[in-house]
Amino acid sequence: MSKYNITFADINTTVTVPRGTRIVEVAEKVGASITFGCKENDCGNCVVEILGGAENLSPPSALEQELLKVKFAKAGSRLACQAMVWGDVTVKPA
Amino acid sequence: MMQPVWLSERVQWIGAFDPGMRSFDVILKTPNGTTYNAYAVRGTDGVAVIDTVKAECSEQFFARLEAVARYDEIRVIVLNHLEPDHTGALPELMRRAPQAKLYISQSAQLMLKALLNRGDLDFTSVTTGDTVSLGDRTLRFLHTPYLHWPDTQCTYVEEEYILFSGDVFGCHFCDERLFNDKVGDFRFAFEYYYAHIMRPFREHVLEALTLIDPLPINIIAPTHGPILRDRPLCYVQRYRELSSQRLQSEVDASEKTMVIFYISAYGSTTLMAQAIRDGAESVPGVRASVYDIEGGDADLFVDLVEDADGILIGTPTINGDAVKPAWDVLTSFAKTNVRSKLAGAFGSYGWSGEAVRMVEDRMRGLKMRVPLDGLRIKLIPSEAELEECRQYGRQMGEHLVGINAPRVVDMADLLASKKQAQAEFNAN
Repeated sequence: MSKYNITFADINTTVTVPRGTRIVEVAEKVGASITFGCKENDCGNCVVEILGGAENLSPPSALEQELLKVKFAKAGSRLACQAMVWGDVTVKPA
Repeated sequence: MMQPVWLSERVQWIGAFDPGMRSFDVILKTPNGTTYNAYAVRGTDGVAVIDTVKAECSEQFFARLEAVARYDEIRVIVLNHLEPDHTGALPELMRRAPQAKLYISQSAQLMLKALLNRGDLDFTSVTTGDTVSLGDRTLRFLHTPYLHWPDTQCTYVEEEYILFSGDVFGCHFCDERLFNDKVGDFRFAFEYYYAHIMRPFREHVLEALTLIDPLPINIIAPTHGPILRDRPLCYVQRYRELSSQRLQSEVDASEKTMVIFYISAYGSTTLMAQAIRDGAESVPGVRASVYDIEGGDADLFVDLVEDADGILIGTPTINGDAVKPAWDVLTSFAKTNVRSKLAGAFGSYGWSGEAVRMVEDRMRGLKMRVPLDGLRIKLIPSEAELEECRQYGRQMGEHLVGINAPRVVDMADLLASKKQAQAEFNAN
């Protein structure tokens, strides 16, 4: 299985994960300061900025895009509960 | 009794008194009840109703409304937030005044349907800068989110210099004399309301004040408690004092504060706390202090929690759980905002040691950041174990000031450390 690196810039920590891992699956466990609420694309708490490798995340669904819009998230932001790691990526809490 | 109260020639209070209320929203006590304040504003071009009341108090609201306006004159209904104690009478009001247009904040859209369980409601969403004209009176909206609901807004009537502030500047206090210069002393209620409703959102309070500050204000008309017409700006100033970070002005801004709470049955967790403090203190820029939970009261510690950058809790495990005073401190965290603060747990145990993991899980649940697995030591710490404590304190200190060495971990190990901990418990 191919493995990729997701780096949480706020805590200077990189986690090696299998392709398809959602950010939420490792963020809390390593102590990144992304704050989760519902973890199911509804509350919009877990907005993250993508510092590098945005193209290496699964593309946002229509629902995720809608929620990011309602939350006035910065362009290019993602929800950590939704985005899946498809390649190396660096994120930080919005 | 059911008469409206005039704030000005064009503005009336049409709310409800609820003197029998003793316990509000589960978390608040009130010794003399509360009021649900709703208001009517008349322009040459129709009437606006700002907020309504709790469903059970609808009769008072409609009686007062009928004394100041006919239903067919109502053109505008504004809801400053959608909490049920202010939207209870809304469905009936919309039935009686079907031509009126509903104005809510942008963040309220998602809630309206869930709250009223009706998908057919027509509304306009507004934000800061939007206005609605009533002819010679103009309503201007201020988007003030999270005070204390995500959808909170304030409404300002430009020609009257009246700020309809929603729950901001409100309190649970029921006095039919209604104006702050007439009612009994309500300072305790104002402070208590801020401490329990607004305090967790103090950053948002300061943001809202920047919108409110430029407005000339004669009257602040909140949704609960006295209407503030005598020196209204004193209450704005009080909110500013209460919401400003006090500690930061006393310590070097680059310095990070770590608060270590502990409680100990035989002194082992105390020894751990002191060693962790020593380790954290060895990191430049960290100011760490220890506090024995037994010598304080959870409510006393809220100030410490609010201004701390990192918080550790040490608790022994007794009967497979953290002890109640430790849980009480954790429960008090909800009175302020602990989101994203650095957190950790530690403790001595004799048998199975579940407490540390349970406390950590609770900290994560409160959206705190737990970068390292907490430290558990069986019974009395040896010198080698105390060195482990110092190392843990040092690492937490480094995380706090952001100089922790870069880490690369494999997801499998992350999950394994959890499983391993579980296996240890099971083995015990």
